[in-house]
Amino acid sequence: MRFMIEAKGISKVYQDGTEALREVCFEVPEGESCSIIGPSGCGKTSLLFIFSGILKPTSGKALIEGNEVVSPSRKVALILQDYGLFPWKTVYENVSLGLEFRGYGKKERQEIVLPLLDDLDLKDFANHYPKQLSGGMQQRVGFARALALNPEILVMDEPLSSLDALTRETLQNFLLSLWKHKGLTMLLVTHNIEEAVFLGREIIVLSPRPGRVVKIVKNHNVGEVNYRNTEDFFDKCREVRQSIEDGAT
Amino acid sequence: MPRSEAEHRRWSYLIAGLLLIVLWQAMSFLLNSIALPTPLTVFYAVISGLKDDLLSHLLVSAARVGYGIALALSLAVPLGLISYKKGADKIITPFIYLLYPIPHIVLLPLIILLFGIGDLSKVILIAIIVFFQILVTTRDAARNISTNYIYSLLSLGATEKDVYEHVVFPACLPKILTALRISIGTAIAVLFFVESFATRKGLGFLIMDSWSRMDYPDLYAAIVAMALLGFCLYVMLERVEREVCAWVYV
Ligand SMILES: Nc1ncnc2c1ncn2[C@@H]1O[C@H](COP(=O)(O)OP(=O)(O)OP(=O)(O)O)[C@@H](O)[C@H]1O
Ligand SMILES: [Mg+2]
Repeated sequence: MRFMIEAKGISKVYQDGTEALREVCFEVPEGESCSIIGPSGCGKTSLLFIFSGILKPTSGKALIEGNEVVSPSRKVALILQDYGLFPWKTVYENVSLGLEFRGYGKKERQEIVLPLLDDLDLKDFANHYPKQLSGGMQQRVGFARALALNPEILVMDEPLSSLDALTRETLQNFLLSLWKHKGLTMLLVTHNIEEAVFLGREIIVLSPRPGRVVKIVKNHNVGEVNYRNTEDFFDKCREVRQSIEDGAT
Repeated sequence: MPRSEAEHRRWSYLIAGLLLIVLWQAMSFLLNSIALPTPLTVFYAVISGLKDDLLSHLLVSAARVGYGIALALSLAVPLGLISYKKGADKIITPFIYLLYPIPHIVLLPLIILLFGIGDLSKVILIAIIVFFQILVTTRDAARNISTNYIYSLLSLGATEKDVYEHVVFPACLPKILTALRISIGTAIAVLFFVESFATRKGLGFLIMDSWSRMDYPDLYAAIVAMALLGFCLYVMLERVEREVCAWVYV
């Protein structure tokens, strides 16, 4: 087993002196999924930005396949909760933008983007602007944009948190099947305990700011839609909730 | 009968125009002075002016305003856009705050000293005044761009140039166009000022000249031409805005 993602003692202190993260260590094997949960402001977004190569840690290292992350990696796709989509670009333009940056021609871009929009039920909306779509559809565009780049790692910052419960569950199922069938490694930040347990083989619980790892909950039975209704699922939720409370004291 | 929005707009312009003419007619009837001729008199003056040299004056004025605005845009927009970076903004802001409140029209003697008394000075004065209006608005828009847009773009593998092209510029464009629209009014006011001396060309000259001759129909013909110039610029700008900022209007 090799590690796809490794956090080696990552600390982050912002210029204004705000200490966001302290000595965060964890690793995620290839093809595994990992949820990160913790109180607001504990540095979750900062941690994801570090793995996306957008932010530099103050000390410690973020590794991807053993290599230190110094700039945005082609292997990683980042999905944000809001504002990820550009309101001034159509659905098609949003999804194909990353490919454009990677030097794909117009024809190649079409060959990748159109089937992907089809898969995600967005085909009829290719020429719409984000604000013409529902929240759930917008987030699917966000997924399409990430998937267009054929990444090995999906890094997600509360991707579903602004959606209603039903849409949210549908997209959780979508993420689950994505993980199972595409062999992606996933790093998911969420505020929602059930979501963390439903989607993460491991759940990393962070303390209040500065974020430190309080506990890593193993969650072996993850992987089926049905898991939501099992006793084990509820046990894990309880365990995670308890760890969050422990971390806060 | 469903009407297209464009058609609706055309009608509302027409009705507003007619109303203003009616109002004008009523005013000139009430005032009963040669200083406010009737619309029809002015209409004839416009026609005979067109046979004469009204059009060439109009074109000279249009060119001065056009070049002035273009010059201002080409400097103010890039300078405003780099303010999305906190560091650049810190350097630019003091200059803006110190220079913006000056009534720039007082710079005229300096401008004439530097650029002579010809068209260049006129264009530059228009440009300076409009420059600040566009700069201030563009900078405010650039500062308020959510960093999440920029992070999203960078994570897709964007370069610095891509950030300007795909986030900073399009995000600020609606504000830039609004600033531009406000600037048209300012630019034409400044145009009148710079054309009222040291030139024998342009609508401003025409206005001052017919005024001194007490030729009121010609005076108003020139005013009408100036209003039309502004109106055409507004309409053109609105076209452009609907084209390039389609996402705002959906
Ligand atoms: N650019 C910045 N400069 C200074 N401080 C910052 C900056 N970005 C974030 N912080 C601070 O760092 C801490 C962690 O922020 P971060 O956004 O990573 O938290 P988070 O866990 O994602 O919070 P939330 O759950 O609310 O999204 C916060 O206290 C925040 O105020
Ligand atoms: Mg966050």
